[in-house]
Amino acid sequence: MSGILAVLERQSGGWHKMSFEALAGALELGRATGLEVFACVPGCGAGEAAAEASVAGVAGVTILEHEALEAYTADAWVEALAEWIAELQPDYVLFPHTYQTRDFAPALAARFGRTLMADSTGFSMEGGVPVFERPLFQGKHIGRFVLETPAPNFVSFQAGAFRAVPPGGGAAPAAVRRPALDPARIRQRPEPPFRETAQAVDLSAAERIVAVGRGIQDEGNLELARQLAAALGAELAASRPIIDNGWLPADRQVGSSGQTVAPRLYVALGISGAIQHIVGMKGAGCIVAINRDPKAPIFEIADYALVGDLFEITPALLDALSS
Amino acid sequence: MKILVALKQVPARDLPVEADAARAWIDESSLSHEMNEPDAYALEAALQLKESSGGEVVAVSAGQARVQSALREALAKGADRAIHIQVEGEAARGTDPSITAKLLEAAVREEQPQLVLTGLQSDDTGSGQTGVILAARLGWPHATLVVAIEPGPDSVRVKRELEAGWFQHVTLPLPAVLTIQSGISRLRYATLMGIKRAKTKEIRLMEPPADAVGGGLRLTGLAEPRRQRQTQFLEGSPAEQAAQLVEKLRFEARVL
Repeated sequence: MSGILAVLERQSGGWHKMSFEALAGALELGRATGLEVFACVPGCGAGEAAAEASVAGVAGVTILEHEALEAYTADAWVEALAEWIAELQPDYVLFPHTYQTRDFAPALAARFGRTLMADSTGFSMEGGVPVFERPLFQGKHIGRFVLETPAPNFVSFQAGAFRAVPPGGGAAPAAVRRPALDPARIRQRPEPPFRETAQAVDLSAAERIVAVGRGIQDEGNLELARQLAAALGAELAASRPIIDNGWLPADRQVGSSGQTVAPRLYVALGISGAIQHIVGMKGAGCIVAINRDPKAPIFEIADYALVGDLFEITPALLDALSS
Repeated sequence: MKILVALKQVPARDLPVEADAARAWIDESSLSHEMNEPDAYALEAALQLKESSGGEVVAVSAGQARVQSALREALAKGADRAIHIQVEGEAARGTDPSITAKLLEAAVREEQPQLVLTGLQSDDTGSGQTGVILAARLGWPHATLVVAIEPGPDSVRVKRELEAGWFQHVTLPLPAVLTIQSGISRLRYATLMGIKRAKTKEIRLMEPPADAVGGGLRLTGLAEPRRQRQTQFLEGSPAEQAAQLVEKLRFEARVL
């Protein structure tokens, strides 16, 4: 059998929001290659999800149900999916590039002697084959990749690579399948997920955000960013390195491991624009980037770009705002 | 506990990285390199485990001759020994992480550590897969995005970072592979004494295994990043840039 298998992810009783972006990517690859698209949902009790996974254009939905799939483990996901892939024999297996996918999909692909094309931002057809793209060198270049191995091949799509299709509305038949999973062979013993502390700051509700990155250089210089935030009526936020240094608390972090924000105004001070940061803020209405490196990837998504020394530009901005 | 730390040397992150003339790869001639930051955190975690419960830390890197400077840095910080798997060209780039994993696998099979630590991804090719593929090839369990490690006699309990501020504890039997998230603890600097001592420590050279072929993923070339918005570059002195920006935020974007 040939086709495209989209592996969707459930999250605390609902869908991971990237699942339907990956399904959109699968449908687009299906249109480009003429291959049928199938969806697959690992997770016990996901039965009610079948109708939602059946969107227009999906030829079939399979729910993988097993008590060992109740809580996520890499071993259970690899076993259950490897079995289904070996039987279905799809040409492509597609995933949303979530933290969970990062944990098991490389091992699943390795099971078939393949390398996952991870974190793809999209593809174009060239000579009848898809060429997948992904940022390299902190977004300074785009890498173009081809998959040279016979089916199955494995690809994960980055957040925002495709516009999500709305759940449901299709007429695909759904089947529930019980993988032959031996729980004794699952080596990871997971405990329930938890939150460290109640999040004190909800950046996702902020109208304006001033975010600082490595370019701020020193903890003492944060005061400058604080002043700018105060002058703009903005919340202060940061990219991961600032949090890692302990200069700001973790609830101020924007990016894939922090909060996802969409303020009306986002000012990026000394942030280069690594993809892990970009996915957390690219939905902002107006993006201002201040960075001394004219090639910093942050400028590619900025509305207003100020190339220069943030230690000169920020005080000048404070002056201009007060006049 | 014997711990092997797999580390990569990458172009210094704050400097420009230009494509070569053919746009096939980057121009490596004028680059300076540094230890991949997540790998530096993996090394730090290994050194702390050694300090708290004893054992040995072996640093390993696959790459060109220059990676020995990253290994030397690891030795200066406190690693006991190092292994340099000598590769050139495509195998040294990490564009197909299955190749890197197979190179590292050979070192792990020789050394038989109880724990392999590596960064969750590299700052250059960034596919974030090497540790997981390595574990799959070894037949060992793994955990990714690890932010804390509690070693036991024959298992390890780790704290994993999930998305959006969530965490989870997972216990794995040893031997295991852990990929370490940045920021797991403060990075130490090499002391003068450490740098001196590193000169006397061994960097063992290892021939790459002959069967380290990839998993079908091939980089065909580099493209320019595409501009996703109509970016206006505001020129002039800082005062002029600032005045233009405030004007535009007020009257064009209307966000003030």
